[in-house]
Amino acid sequence: MINFFKNIIRFVLFLGVQVYVLNNVPPLHHFISPVIYYLFLLWLPFSTDKFWLLIIGFLLGLSFDYFLMTPGLHAAGCVLIMYLRPALINLFVQYEKNEFTYREPSAAAMGWAPFLTYVFILTIVYHGYISFLEWLQFGNFLDFLFKIISSSIISMLLVITLEVIFSRKQKLRSTMS
Amino acid sequence: MHNIFLFLRRYSTFISFLVLQVIALVMLFRYNKNQRAFFLGKANEITGYFNSKYNNAEDFFHLQNENKRVHQLNDSLRNLLLSNFTTPDISVGVFSDTTNFDSSGKVRRYFSRTAQVVGNSVSEEKNYIQLNRGSKYGISDNMAVVNSDGSAVGVVVNVSENFSQVMSLLHIQSKVNAMVKRSRNNGRIEWDGKNPLVLTLKDIPKSDAVAVGDSVLTGLYSYNFPPGLLIGTVEEIINEKQSNFFILKIKTATNFQNLQQVFVIENLQRKEQVELDKATHKKIEEINKVKK
Repeated sequence: MINFFKNIIRFVLFLGVQVYVLNNVPPLHHFISPVIYYLFLLWLPFSTDKFWLLIIGFLLGLSFDYFLMTPGLHAAGCVLIMYLRPALINLFVQYEKNEFTYREPSAAAMGWAPFLTYVFILTIVYHGYISFLEWLQFGNFLDFLFKIISSSIISMLLVITLEVIFSRKQKLRSTMS
Repeated sequence: MHNIFLFLRRYSTFISFLVLQVIALVMLFRYNKNQRAFFLGKANEITGYFNSKYNNAEDFFHLQNENKRVHQLNDSLRNLLLSNFTTPDISVGVFSDTTNFDSSGKVRRYFSRTAQVVGNSVSEEKNYIQLNRGSKYGISDNMAVVNSDGSAVGVVVNVSENFSQVMSLLHIQSKVNAMVKRSRNNGRIEWDGKNPLVLTLKDIPKSDAVAVGDSVLTGLYSYNFPPGLLIGTVEEIINEKQSNFFILKIKTATNFQNLQQVFVIENLQRKEQVELDKATHKKIEEINKVKK
């Protein structure tokens, strides 16, 4: 239950920071958009059901879309990375070592290298998909490539910064519940 | 039958993934085609609420700039006051009656309302601005939005009860009639989705003498904008060899990043103009049919 409320607060915080801070930063370049809110999805507990992952992803993306007036765009991206997440988690979490010892994906739970690879792949997929959808409606191929690369780099920097600042020292699961 | 259920259960995640993707994509593409209401309605009210709260705090930091702009506008209005003009001597000048109205009365064409910007973006390819006035205050679609210093901002594309959504000039689908002040030649203002400080003016013929620094105003033929509002100044002239028209890069007069107080201007005769236009097309078509 604590976990549930913690995640709701996180949802609101991530969305608020994204909409009112990052989207208001004067752009470095018109293609570079710092995006961080999807880290909320990457931080969801290991134990979340696959179906709920999709629903939560859809809701988060859609609420972000409401603020940007791009209905469906970010929702589509979020649903896609939420679909890929369980497979990647299986790939990168070493079960024999710490199965269920940690609640959610983090650098501490997975180790820096696997965690960053996990985030990196989903970041590239997310930006790739969204830029692709935008490219379908407008723009040219070079812009599309440049957009994916630049946005992914900025987002990765933000993720690493957040991960260092909020290292989320989780208690082990056994002591919590 | 059993197998179908088995299949559904086995691939339930994949199926729900597909369903959600399709919902999202349908929303995305349907909305873009006619960028209209179905998505907004209540959602507009909710985001509008949060945006106005945020705006209350943010306004504070822009007060000084805003004051300066309001002051400038006041200044320009003061200059229009009748008391600034001296009446010519009647015995020498043209005789005028006590009023300037003709017998049918003067017709008001534009009516303006004030509004406050509560949501804004410049970093997207499709930028919208949200205002804290909606249908309750008489705002409706296709009204022009003008910054507090009188420069063009955008056009209202959607309204809910208390808020309205404006398609900013920084929107790749925005097209606004504009003219070069020096020659009064009309073209159209567009945006290429790149730099929020630079708009593009097309359809100005090469026979026209345009120079860097020329002012660009809203055109005489716009249904939405009153003519003569400043849009920007020419920054770069691109001479494309294939066509007979210049492509002009325009430096915007409006700073889209810190919009705050705006005017929403209604063209009271717009409906009549649009209807006449439609009726004309219809009439011509009918005539053509008869000829055939």
